[in-house]
Amino acid sequence: MNFDGLDLNTTWFILIGVLFTGYAMLDGFDLGVGALHLFTKTDEERRIMLNAIGPVWDGNEVWLVTGGGALFAAFPNVYATVFSGFYLAFVLLLVALIFRAVAIEFRGKRPMLWWRRMWDGGFSAGSVASSLLIGVAMGNIAWGVPLDERGEFTGSFWSLLGPYPLLLGITTLALFLMHGAIYALLKTEGALHDKLRAWINNCIVFFIICYAVTTMATLLYVPHMAARVRANPWLFSIAIFNMLAIANVPREIHHGRDWRAFLSSCVAMLALMGLFGLEMYPNLVFSNPGPANSLNIHNAASSPKTLGIMLTIALIGVPAVLAYTVSIYWIFRGKVKLDRMSY
Amino acid sequence: MDVLTLSRFQFALTAGIHYLYPPLSIGLAVVLVMIEGTWLKTRQPVYHQMARFWTKVFALTFAIGVATGIVMEFEFGTNWATYSRYVGDVFGSALAAEGIFAFFLESGFLAVLLFGWERVGPRMHFFSTCMVCLGAHFSAIWIVVANSWMQTPAGFHIVGQGVKARAEITDFWAMVFNPSAMDRLFHTLCGAWQAGAFIVVSVSAWYLLKKRHDEFARASLRIGLVAGLAASLLQLASGHISARGVAKNQPVKLAAFEGRYETRAGASLALLGWVDEKNQRLLFSVEMPGMLSWLAHGDTRAPVTGLLEAAPQPEDRPPVNFSFQLFHLMVAVGFGMILIAALGFLCFWRGSLFEKRWLLRLLALSVLGPQIANQAGWFAAEVGRQPWIVQGLLRTSQGVSAVVKANTVLAAIILFSAVYLLLFAVFVYLLNDKIQHGPDDGDLVPSGKLALHARP
Repeated sequence: MNFDGLDLNTTWFILIGVLFTGYAMLDGFDLGVGALHLFTKTDEERRIMLNAIGPVWDGNEVWLVTGGGALFAAFPNVYATVFSGFYLAFVLLLVALIFRAVAIEFRGKRPMLWWRRMWDGGFSAGSVASSLLIGVAMGNIAWGVPLDERGEFTGSFWSLLGPYPLLLGITTLALFLMHGAIYALLKTEGALHDKLRAWINNCIVFFIICYAVTTMATLLYVPHMAARVRANPWLFSIAIFNMLAIANVPREIHHGRDWRAFLSSCVAMLALMGLFGLEMYPNLVFSNPGPANSLNIHNAASSPKTLGIMLTIALIGVPAVLAYTVSIYWIFRGKVKLDRMSY
Repeated sequence: MDVLTLSRFQFALTAGIHYLYPPLSIGLAVVLVMIEGTWLKTRQPVYHQMARFWTKVFALTFAIGVATGIVMEFEFGTNWATYSRYVGDVFGSALAAEGIFAFFLESGFLAVLLFGWERVGPRMHFFSTCMVCLGAHFSAIWIVVANSWMQTPAGFHIVGQGVKARAEITDFWAMVFNPSAMDRLFHTLCGAWQAGAFIVVSVSAWYLLKKRHDEFARASLRIGLVAGLAASLLQLASGHISARGVAKNQPVKLAAFEGRYETRAGASLALLGWVDEKNQRLLFSVEMPGMLSWLAHGDTRAPVTGLLEAAPQPEDRPPVNFSFQLFHLMVAVGFGMILIAALGFLCFWRGSLFEKRWLLRLLALSVLGPQIANQAGWFAAEVGRQPWIVQGLLRTSQGVSAVVKANTVLAAIILFSAVYLLLFAVFVYLLNDKIQHGPDDGDLVPSGKLALHARP
C-alpha cells in the first residue's frame, strides 16, 4: 500500500503506544487479579479468581509480545538499546511472567494443599513482580537513562532502581490492583463479590495516593515530562480529563455501576498513556544526562519502506484481532461459574 | 567464558527447551482437528471423549510453549542487540507479523477450545479448534521465514557503513519467499506433525499394553498412526527438498553435514562416520557411492563442493563433526520413524498389532523419535550456519550485545536453567498424571449444549 504524505514515524510512535496501552488495559486487570489472589482465602475463592481471567489472560499477554515485535520492527534501535540495557530487569520480568503463566495452568491440576499453595504463591508473586518491573521500566524511560553517542545504554542494573522509577513501579502496581479488583467485581457474585467490594476502596485510595505523589514528583523533579503541557496550556485538558476519569471510579463503584467503573479505569489509563506519549514525543528513549544522544522517532526508526509494510500488516491484522477479541469476551461474558473444565 | 559463548549457550538452552513444546502443540492441533472433525461427522461418543482428553494434553504443552516463547522474543534484544539493530528492518517485521496474525488468533480461540465446551455449539467449537490450528501454523510460518532469512537472506540491501550499517527491505515478498523459506517451513511443519501424531500413538499404545481404555486407545491409535505415517513420508520428501536447497544455497553447510573437505564428482553419501577436523578427513565412514551427488544435484556424477573450496579459511567453517553427527542423527531417526509408522500401520490394518507386544512397546516409545530428530535437526541447521548469524553478512561474534557483561549473562543462564528444569519436571509429572488418569468416562455422554446435538 502507498502511504504518501503520511508521517510514518509518528504513526508508528502512536501505534506502539496503542499496543502498550492495550496491554495495560487488558493484562493490567489480570496482573491485578494476580496481585489480589493471596488475599482470598478458600480454594473455591481462588479458583473463581483464576477462572475470572482464565479464558483471556493468554490473549492479553499477546499485546505485550506484539508490542515488543512491533518495537523491534519499527524502532530496532530502541528495542536493542532498551532490551540489552535493561538486561537483568527484563530477565526478571520474563521469569515473573513465566511463573504466573504456568501457575495458572498448573494449580488446578493436582488437589494437594501444598501444590495449590505453591502455585498460588507463584501466580501472585509473578503478577506483583511483573507489575512492578513494567512500572520501573516506564519510570526509567520517563526519567531518562544514560546513553552514549551510539545510543547504547551506559548505566547498570542498580542505576535503574532510582527513586522515581521505583515510585512509578509502585504506582503501576496500585493501578493494576484497582483495575483488577474492578474486573474481579464484574466476574464474581455472592460472598466473594461482597468481600471484593470492601477491598476495592482500599485499592482506590492506594492508587490515588500513588497517583498524586507521582504527579507531584514528575512536576518537581522531571520537568521535561511536563514541558509540552506547559508550552501548550490547552493540553492541560487531558490532565483534567484524566483526573475526572480517576475520580469517577469510586463514584461508579459507590453506585454499584461496576461496568462504568471499569470503563473509567480504562479511560484513565488511556489518558495517562496519552500524556506520557505527548511528553515523550518525538523521543522514545530520553538520554539523561546528554539529551543529544536520545533515541527518537527518526534516528531509531526502520526505513520508510518497512514502516509502510508494517502499517499494511497492521491494517489487515488489527481489525481481525479486535473482532475476535471482542467475540471471545462476549462468549465468556457474565459471572464465573466453575465447571469441570475450569482451572 | 566470554559474553559471546555465554550468549550462544543461553540462546541454545532456551530455544532448545522451548522447542520441546511448540511442535507438540502444532501437531496435536492437527490431530485435534482430525478428531473433532470425525466426531462431528460420525457422532460417536468416543471421539468426543478423545477430543476432551487430547485437549487437556494440548493445553499443557501450549501453556509452557507460550511461557518459554516470550523469552525468545526478548533475547534478540537482550543478548543480540547489535544483530537486532542490523536486521530489525527486515527480521522485526516478520516477528511483528507473527504477533498480529498468529498469536492473537491462537490465544483467542484457545479460550473457546479449552473453556467453551459448554458455551458454544459443536460447530463453533470445531471452528475454534481449526482457528487454533491455523494460528499455530501461522506462527510457524513467520518464525521459520525469519530464521530462513538469516540462512539465505533476500529482498534487502545494506545501507550505511561500519557500525551504522544495516539491512533494509527492498522487496517484502522476496524476503518472505527467500530461497530456503518454503523448504524449511515444510520440513519444520512435518517434524511438528510427527511430534503431535507420535505422542498420540505412544499414549494409545501404552494403554493397549496395560489393557486400559481399549476403545479409546484403538480409535486414538488409528488417527495417530495415519497422521504419523503421512507426516513421516512427507518428511522424507521435504528432507530431500531441503537438502537440495542447502546444497544450492549453503554449500558450506552441506559440506559440513556430510564431512566433505574435497570437492568431488560422484560424491558418496556417508551413512555414518567421524570427522577428524584436524586432518580434514572423514573416518570410519560407511558410504554409498555417488549417492550424495545424486541427492544434492540429481546426478550421480555431479560435483559436490567440499569445505576446502566453499570456505577456504577455517574460521569461515562451522564445527564440522558436530554438524555431521547431529545431521546424521536426524536423518537416522527420520528413517526410523517411517519404519515404525509403516510397521504399526500395517499391523493395525491387518489386526495383528494388538498381539504384538514388542511392537506396542516400540510404539509407546515412539514419542521420543520426533523430539530427538527435531532437536538434532535444528541444532544442525543453526550450528551449520556458523560462523554467520546472517549468512555472509554478519558474523555471530559481531551480533552480540555491546553493553552486556559476561557475569550478567551467566546469572541469566543459571536463573533460566533453574526455572526451565522445574518447568520440565512439572510438565513430565503432570503429563504422566493425565496419562495415568486417562480419558474421562463421563465424556462418553456429551453434556451441556453438546447433548442437544448428539444423536442416540
